[in-house]
Amino acid sequence: MGKLLEVKDLRVSFHTYAGEVKAVRGVSFELNEGETLAIVGESGCGKSITSKSILRLIPSPPGDIKKESQILYKDKDILKMNEKELRMLRGGEISMIFQDPMTSLNPTMKIGKQIAENLIVHRGMNKKEAIKEAVKMLQMVGIPNAQERVNQYPHQFSGGMRQRVMIAIALACNPKILIADEPTTALDVTIQAQIMDLMKELQNNLGTAIILITHDLGVVASIAHRIQVMYAGMVVERGTTDEIFYNPKHPYTWALLKSVPRLETKHKDTLYSIKGTPPDLLKPPVGCPFASRCEYCMEICKEQMPKPTKISDTQEVSCFLLHPNAPKVEPPQGIGGKL
Amino acid sequence: MGKYILKRASYMIFTLFIIVTATFFLMNAMPGDPISQQARKMPPEMQQMLRHKYGLDKPIAERWIMYLKQLLHGNFGDSFVTPGFSVNEIIKYKMPASAWIGIQAVIVGLLIGVILGIIAAFRRNTTADYIVMFIAILGVSVPGFVIAFLLQTVLGGKGNIPIAGWKSASETFAQGLRFTILPTIALCFGSIATYARYMRTSVLDVINQDYILTAQAKGISRIAVAVKHVIRNAIIPIVTILGPQIATIITGTIVIERIFSIPGMGNSMIEAINSNDYNVILGLTIFFSLLYIVSLLLVDITYSLVDPRISLTKKKK
Ligand SMILES: Nc1ncnc2c1ncn2[C@@H]1O[C@H](COP(=O)(O)OP(=O)(O)OP(=O)(O)O)[C@@H](O)[C@H]1O
Ligand SMILES: [Mg+2]
Repeated sequence: MGKLLEVKDLRVSFHTYAGEVKAVRGVSFELNEGETLAIVGESGCGKSITSKSILRLIPSPPGDIKKESQILYKDKDILKMNEKELRMLRGGEISMIFQDPMTSLNPTMKIGKQIAENLIVHRGMNKKEAIKEAVKMLQMVGIPNAQERVNQYPHQFSGGMRQRVMIAIALACNPKILIADEPTTALDVTIQAQIMDLMKELQNNLGTAIILITHDLGVVASIAHRIQVMYAGMVVERGTTDEIFYNPKHPYTWALLKSVPRLETKHKDTLYSIKGTPPDLLKPPVGCPFASRCEYCMEICKEQMPKPTKISDTQEVSCFLLHPNAPKVEPPQGIGGKL
Repeated sequence: MGKYILKRASYMIFTLFIIVTATFFLMNAMPGDPISQQARKMPPEMQQMLRHKYGLDKPIAERWIMYLKQLLHGNFGDSFVTPGFSVNEIIKYKMPASAWIGIQAVIVGLLIGVILGIIAAFRRNTTADYIVMFIAILGVSVPGFVIAFLLQTVLGGKGNIPIAGWKSASETFAQGLRFTILPTIALCFGSIATYARYMRTSVLDVINQDYILTAQAKGISRIAVAVKHVIRNAIIPIVTILGPQIATIITGTIVIERIFSIPGMGNSMIEAINSNDYNVILGLTIFFSLLYIVSLLLVDITYSLVDPRISLTKKKK
């Protein structure tokens, strides 16, 4: 498996009246061909900003991707691409689908045309061929009556159907990478499962690498190969799905796992929620951003940001508990494992 | 669609009936009548004879019924003041000039207003944006006739642009165009301002929608995103203000034609009011109302064409 994408020290800020909001603060990761990487974290931790940066979709101003950041796609820095290279990349090599299918489709353009736009630009088809292909794409994502449906408008589709259309648009040009930013958050539970199954199936058939963004660890267990946990604009832990579920090391990962609803959870038990709120990104703390909410917080945690510690070839954790001098702590009972 | 238009047409006839009736009685409630105004120096007996000739001595209710009957035959009656001229003829001769500057003003106003709004939105918080917004405030707050006098003072008589007047019968359309420049600008200045403001807000609103991000993520060109996704959606709210703007322009012609001595219906309207020329006042009022009602229908049809979510015939699912 070759390396497809490499994000190096990504830093993104927003210049607002209140000051500089440091939304992403030095995120680095890699994505290999055909794999699914899940990015997990609470609301506001910078997941969407990280993923939009990959396609340079951050509006500027107020957004500002710092100069030291690099995003290498097949060894070429996306952040330095010119307009034309960027257009070929968007939708052709890397596609993106968004959280809310109700608002992600153009309300005044026929579905077929919205899929065809891609094909015309990236696969050089003419209008007629593109619409024909759009019908095939709709069939592929499981929309019945595709022949008729291409001529309809988004308001004639349900939420789940629209997300299928979004997937069809994204995969129309057979991209190498699909970025899915919370693709199921706005849908109800049964539809969520259908959409995840569809993405898994399409990945098997097409070999697309997926970056799946979510704040729900439960969603990723069955589809992700690797998981990366983000907190306050940083990656605090990463590892294979097994490592994160069976051998999590960061107290924040523990807390996330603890808040996943489980089959054996009794009705009476209230679901665990992490106390406190994430830090203000206008004035991010100098130490570990999780320190103020961490049950195991030590003095050093408030003063210094811990360096990443390698646990295995694939697992890496930024936490002082892994320092040789730190007290030994056990993760809380009953978290992770098989869901 | 046909059924819808039929239904609207029946409402329109009802609306017109109300307008005819209201205007008829209001006009008769005004002091004086065409005869006392025109034939002030005639002996009272002769005035009485004239009243009898035109049927003005009949009870008002009877005259109202008579007028309605006449209308059903498409006949607006004769002018009292310019004998030998029917109101139908006046409309026929005066309409071309009014229609010319009216239609020109609606189109120019819409085009320039929308384009300025788009520029302001895409170049927001730049000098271009500030200039457009300055024009917008000016256009909304300064009345058309002030703009008209300003234009006459500043541009009138310069180059080929006359201060006032209209093309003579022998001149071609192209030769007559110069007479329409100032009145058109004066007439549509307010519209330009209103469209520009609405369009700017609308574009800024659309730019922040998720589907614009989707469009950008497809890798289509910036122009394609702007035209097919941003502008196409931003124009929809503009259609809703088209109706009121057309009304402003129709009423605007009355004053503007006077200022620029344009031989149009607006000018005739003012003359008719000054001389209590009942039939002309009534006829022109009905004609202006009809124009407005029809344009409202056209606006609604346009709305359903530009926005697929709006259906005129079916109830929303
Ligand atoms: N335009 C903006 N101006 C200022 N701050 C912004 C802007 N966009 C995002 N942010 C800030 O950046 C941070 C990260 O936002 P991001 O959208 O990436 O969060 P997220 O992890 O995707 O959360 P969610 O799960 O709610 O989607 C947030 O704290 C947010 O306040
Ligand atoms: Mg998000």
